[in-house]
Amino acid sequence: MLGFLKEPVVVTVEINMNVMVLTLMGLISRLWGLSYPRAVVFDEVYYGQFVSLYMKRIFFVDDSGPPFGHMLLALGGYLGGFDGNFLWNRIGAEYSMNVPVWSLRLLPALAGALCVPLAYQILVELQFSHCAALGAALLILLENSLITQSRFMLLESVLIFFILLAVLSYLKFYNLKKHSSFSGSWWFWLLLTGVACSCAVGVKYMGLFTYILLLTTAGLHFWHVIGDQNLSNVSLMCHFLARGLALIIIPVAMYVSFFYVHLTLLYRSGPHDQIMTSAFQASLEGGLARITQGQPLEVAYGSQVTLRNVLGKPMQCWLHSHTNTYPIRYENGRGSSHQQQVTCYPFKDVNNWWIVKDPGMQQLVVSNPPRPVRHGHIVQLVHGITTRYLNTHDVAAPLSPHSQEVSCYIDYNISMPAQNLWRVEIVNRESDTDVWKTILSEVRFVHVNTSAVLKLSGASLPEWGYRQLEVVGEKLSKGYHQSMVWNVEEHRYGKSLEQKEREVELHSPTQMDISKNLSFMAKFTELQWKILTLKNEDTEHKYSSSALDWITMDTNIAYWLHPTSSAQIHLLGNVVTWASANVAALIYTCLSLWYLIRRRRKIYDIPEDAWQLWVSAGGICLGGWAVNYLPFFGMEKTLFLYHYLPALTFQILLIPIVLQHISDHLCRSVLLKSMFTALIVAWFSSVYFVYCTFSPVTYGEPSLSVTELKDLRWKDSWNILIRKQ
Amino acid sequence: MRAPRPAHPPRTPSPGLRRARPGAAGHTALRMPAAGRGRAEPGLPRQRESRAPRRLPAHPAAPPAAARPAALALVILLSFASRFHRLAEPPHVCWDETHFGKMGSYYINRTFFFDVHPPLGKMLIGLAGYLSGYDGTFPFQKPGDRYEQHNYVGMRGFCAFLGSCLVPLAYLTVLELSKSLPAALLTAFILIFDTGCITLSQYILLDPILMFFLMGAVLSMVKCNSCADRPFSASWWFWMSLTGVNLAGAMGVKFVGLFVVLLVGLNTMYDLWDLLGNLSLSLVMFGKHLLARVLCLILLPLALYTAMFAVHFTVLNKSGPGDGFFSSAFQSQLIGNNLHNISVPEHVAYGSVVTMKNLRMAGGYLHSHWHLYPEGIGARQQQVTAYLHKDLNNLWIIKKHDSDTADPSDPSIPVEFVRHGDIIRLEHKETSRNLHSHQHEAPLTRKHFQVTAYGINGTGDSNDFWRIEVVGRQAGKLIRVLRGQVRLTHVATGCMLGSSGKILPKWGWEQLEVTCTPYLKETPNSLWNFEDHINPKLPNISLDVLKPSFAEILLESHMVMIQGNTALKPKDNEVTSKPWHWPINYQGLRFSGVNETDYRVYLLGNPVIWWLNLVTIGLYLLITVSAAVALKRGVQLTSELKDLSRVVLRGGGQIMLGWLLHYLPFFMMGRVLYFHHYFPAMLFSSMLTGITWDTLLKFCAMFLSPSATARKVYGAGFLALVLLIIYSFYLFHPLSYGIIGPMASDPSSPMAGLRWMDSWEF
Repeated sequence: MLGFLKEPVVVTVEINMNVMVLTLMGLISRLWGLSYPRAVVFDEVYYGQFVSLYMKRIFFVDDSGPPFGHMLLALGGYLGGFDGNFLWNRIGAEYSMNVPVWSLRLLPALAGALCVPLAYQILVELQFSHCAALGAALLILLENSLITQSRFMLLESVLIFFILLAVLSYLKFYNLKKHSSFSGSWWFWLLLTGVACSCAVGVKYMGLFTYILLLTTAGLHFWHVIGDQNLSNVSLMCHFLARGLALIIIPVAMYVSFFYVHLTLLYRSGPHDQIMTSAFQASLEGGLARITQGQPLEVAYGSQVTLRNVLGKPMQCWLHSHTNTYPIRYENGRGSSHQQQVTCYPFKDVNNWWIVKDPGMQQLVVSNPPRPVRHGHIVQLVHGITTRYLNTHDVAAPLSPHSQEVSCYIDYNISMPAQNLWRVEIVNRESDTDVWKTILSEVRFVHVNTSAVLKLSGASLPEWGYRQLEVVGEKLSKGYHQSMVWNVEEHRYGKSLEQKEREVELHSPTQMDISKNLSFMAKFTELQWKILTLKNEDTEHKYSSSALDWITMDTNIAYWLHPTSSAQIHLLGNVVTWASANVAALIYTCLSLWYLIRRRRKIYDIPEDAWQLWVSAGGICLGGWAVNYLPFFGMEKTLFLYHYLPALTFQILLIPIVLQHISDHLCRSVLLKSMFTALIVAWFSSVYFVYCTFSPVTYGEPSLSVTELKDLRWKDSWNILIRKQ
Repeated sequence: MRAPRPAHPPRTPSPGLRRARPGAAGHTALRMPAAGRGRAEPGLPRQRESRAPRRLPAHPAAPPAAARPAALALVILLSFASRFHRLAEPPHVCWDETHFGKMGSYYINRTFFFDVHPPLGKMLIGLAGYLSGYDGTFPFQKPGDRYEQHNYVGMRGFCAFLGSCLVPLAYLTVLELSKSLPAALLTAFILIFDTGCITLSQYILLDPILMFFLMGAVLSMVKCNSCADRPFSASWWFWMSLTGVNLAGAMGVKFVGLFVVLLVGLNTMYDLWDLLGNLSLSLVMFGKHLLARVLCLILLPLALYTAMFAVHFTVLNKSGPGDGFFSSAFQSQLIGNNLHNISVPEHVAYGSVVTMKNLRMAGGYLHSHWHLYPEGIGARQQQVTAYLHKDLNNLWIIKKHDSDTADPSDPSIPVEFVRHGDIIRLEHKETSRNLHSHQHEAPLTRKHFQVTAYGINGTGDSNDFWRIEVVGRQAGKLIRVLRGQVRLTHVATGCMLGSSGKILPKWGWEQLEVTCTPYLKETPNSLWNFEDHINPKLPNISLDVLKPSFAEILLESHMVMIQGNTALKPKDNEVTSKPWHWPINYQGLRFSGVNETDYRVYLLGNPVIWWLNLVTIGLYLLITVSAAVALKRGVQLTSELKDLSRVVLRGGGQIMLGWLLHYLPFFMMGRVLYFHHYFPAMLFSSMLTGITWDTLLKFCAMFLSPSATARKVYGAGFLALVLLIIYSFYLFHPLSYGIIGPMASDPSSPMAGLRWMDSWEF
């Protein structure tokens, strides 16, 4: 039993000095003088506010991506003891002493530094020589744009790190599996692939492209496994399930867990509350919850309620009325009913209160016991302050002439009878006898006479309507739309019999105690949906660019300018690397096509295993470039140069692959080979030279003189800042 | 040709029966429903009875050799009967007829208009109307307008004819792919009895035309593939060039035709790849194959496509509602346009009086008027806007920035031309104020600077100086009228004069906002050209010199169409149709009528058929995956099974690819989408259903091996499917042929109990 003691315990450590040195160099290049400049640099102004909100545990919604990236940045702040007190309002603002700049920037810088050894390992796993791998790592190391992007509180370097990690672990997994399926390391690399993918997607949705690429690759490889007839059907099934678990189920679970952590951390109400539904807001500490805590749950006849539109666009608002009437004639000559205006008002106001009345009874108080309103019941809605009934009729609405005007009915005695019956339809009901619940129920009001639906049109009324939002009766209600759905936000059971008393009651705050909690999945779906559908309008930016500018680097981004000297930081790539990467991609495509066509005619230029290597390397690198770049042509958001960096990383990895291939297979004589090597050395020194030349604008020091800056402007389209003397 | 029309009471137009489109005027008031009632049509039941027995001979047990021509004849007959039945009803404008009928009239009247689709479909509609005696005088103002004495049946008949041809085309395609008569018949029945396909074929719309060319292309592609064993034979050439012709037709009707071009392109690439791997074929032969395909599938369609634009521009030579979308140079070609046949001085000089047009589509002229910006919106100076109409307030005088050139009519002062890079001042002629900008925020686009008119009698300050530059020219060059694209850079702040395209509120008379943008991007928003040009000291030249070439016109019209397409964006509070709604038949489109008293036509697929199609797609994927895995695992199959799997993988694969290509891209489109966009994909889906069920039934029959039972199982399954389809059509046919009477919620309605989904609106 104790046989293992007979042998001495031997630990053999193998250290690849290449990787060590590369890691060290990466760390030096990325971490050097990290807390300089001690000022807000470019998008730090954007991410910083979220870090602050994390520190203060205040809820926010960011439509730019999922929360994992923000959480990582916040982790840096947490480790550095940041209290969140900093006003992120201006690029270039000096950081106050309480901001731990170094630790905030540490994680992205570490991620950026680790990309260097990752690049090395990827090429090794693609079965290229250590020399080529070293070249790839050095190119990544000396790429100015990647350095700049890593050194600040930004997410691209983290994204690139996870993408490369996912690719590397998949390659490790793939190279392993021939010998040892279901072994420890097999599982480790497979699971790591899934985890890294979900982290990449969790940092930015861009990570999805690489995830899809890897899934496709895995699918193709699995197709070969299916063809392996030595494998029994059972073990084939096991292979399939293992991959499904690691590459689909675990990433999805992790993605959801990011949101779980996000929602657990952020439990206080904050600036983005209004985007969310009332139910969500009520689940946060402070804010709406303070008001709604203790409201009665079930809406009953006689309830006093405020009705919030669920859509929340263009802004959150509540159904409102006031004593002013619609003008007899609008500016364009059309007539109105001249009855009392009904609008949607974006602020809390006593005029937002409505009373739910039973059409068959006169009283406006809740009976004892309360009679709850259920789905399908017919009610009247009485405006609390003016005691007029919500009404709609066949008159065109002021701004949306296709829809009906909604008013509070005034009897002018002109043969236009009141039509004030509304059927309550609970949209999210579970059964047809559901009770109308405060906050939780989403309700449509269907007009009984005309079957029009009460709807927020989104247009804002002119002066006569105090710029409040228009409410209409939509006759052609086409299915479900959030603008037609309302929910009760504030609610109390009315007790006052007299109008005077009731007015006093309406002005008083509601109180009673019942708490309403949403399940995590409900919160997750709502938040996820809001992130995906929230649109920032009109985000024109001075440094925005189009995807086509990126290949040739026709554009740059000025990140920071010293307040007094002309020291400055730009996102500007290494020109030689960018150009060579493009050339490499072009050569790769042409050569592959050439080989492919020749192979089809049964002419084999290179040995079969070299061809396999060439194809798989290209599939990953060129494919990675394509999936991370081409989708931007179809996107309609504001684009910046830094969006190209993941694609660029893949393209850079292609350079040594092409170089080694040329030297191995195309340079047939020794002379040619040595000439080619000399050429590579010369080219590499030019890469280094360009890196050195541009390092002042990469690191922000030293400050250059005007002429030096002008000399740096290699392209007319670059915007290098020169102070006017 | 006149169709008998039943007398109908006057009908109220209903909003929502028409899609918004640039240039279409919305109506302004909601009307009270009219008191009239529609009349029940007595002809309907009789028609149904007469058709039912004829269907019976389509039993699959019939011997194939004799059955084929008979089956085809039956399919054609049923198809035409179902499409032409009650074609003239309702005798008023339905849904998008208001657009396409109107555009057909434009061709007949030869007035220029603008539409987001290429011209072929509308030209054919116009031609059909012309041939059938429609004179182009009906205004097609809004859905619900009655045609009265105008002859509209010709145009509807043309669309219905093409729509009827779809069925035989699909039948032949499936027959060719599966070599199975029942599969083809099943497809044909699905299409014949689908209420959606019938409705969409009965009105003056582009869709039947588009789908005709699309199916034509698919059929000829499939036919051409099966001629592959005798390349360069007459039939090979015929089918290949027919593919090209149909591709041009599909592209010429709507840009959605691009998807079928992709389908054919992929098929051709696969084909060529196959030929390349065939070592018995010499490279010269391969070159011939390649050339033949380039000729038939690229050059021929391109030539036809260009030709139809040539016809389009030749026919439409009169000024019309589409002028404003095009550049000044283009407008000068249209008879009746104020730029037609005028002559202006060619180069801009100091002292010239000019108008400047923004190069954005429908950009407007640089404009100012005596009114000031209101309190609180930038500086309280005179407004500068972009105005779409010709007006005296659009006139500006070009002056030197440093000296006030004296009276330009003074002959003693020599003419001095404005050159690229000069610094100028623009004085508004009516108010004598200078174009001015400063660091106040613009009224709507807050990140831009405000542009005003400033100064008295031409004296202002240094914020009135603008540098004028021509795109793509060097310093010192003269600036041409109309064709020179000019940008104006504000000297003091470095921003560029542009129009944001946003509409100012009432204080700005709802004209377009003009701003000075600090983002120096070259977009049409910040480019201008000189249009009118008055300078008595310069010789006038005729604008014909500036006549744009055909290639330029072609390019410009495509740019305008693409912009128009992307501008069709849904608004926030609008309920829009989503691509995932379509295959589940979630919601239809109201073609005609809203209220109980109206003659209502509702575009909705026959739900039984559509859900069958949907299930079949899942079924197909299941079958394909299992067949492919079985083959990959080296399972030994009988020759019959091999045949079946070949049909499913090859033939079904092509159809599946067609469905994917015609459906998935819609998920990525930002523009407004409608239910009827799914119909091309639905054609593919129906063909897939035919092939899949035929295969499935054959497979089941093979499983129950004794041949007599097998026959029975197969026959019974086929018959059950066909009867199911016919019965569902019997239930839902009023959707296409008109519902009169109460809504479906009322038990006395013809559609009572058939509103299976709450989202259906009948």
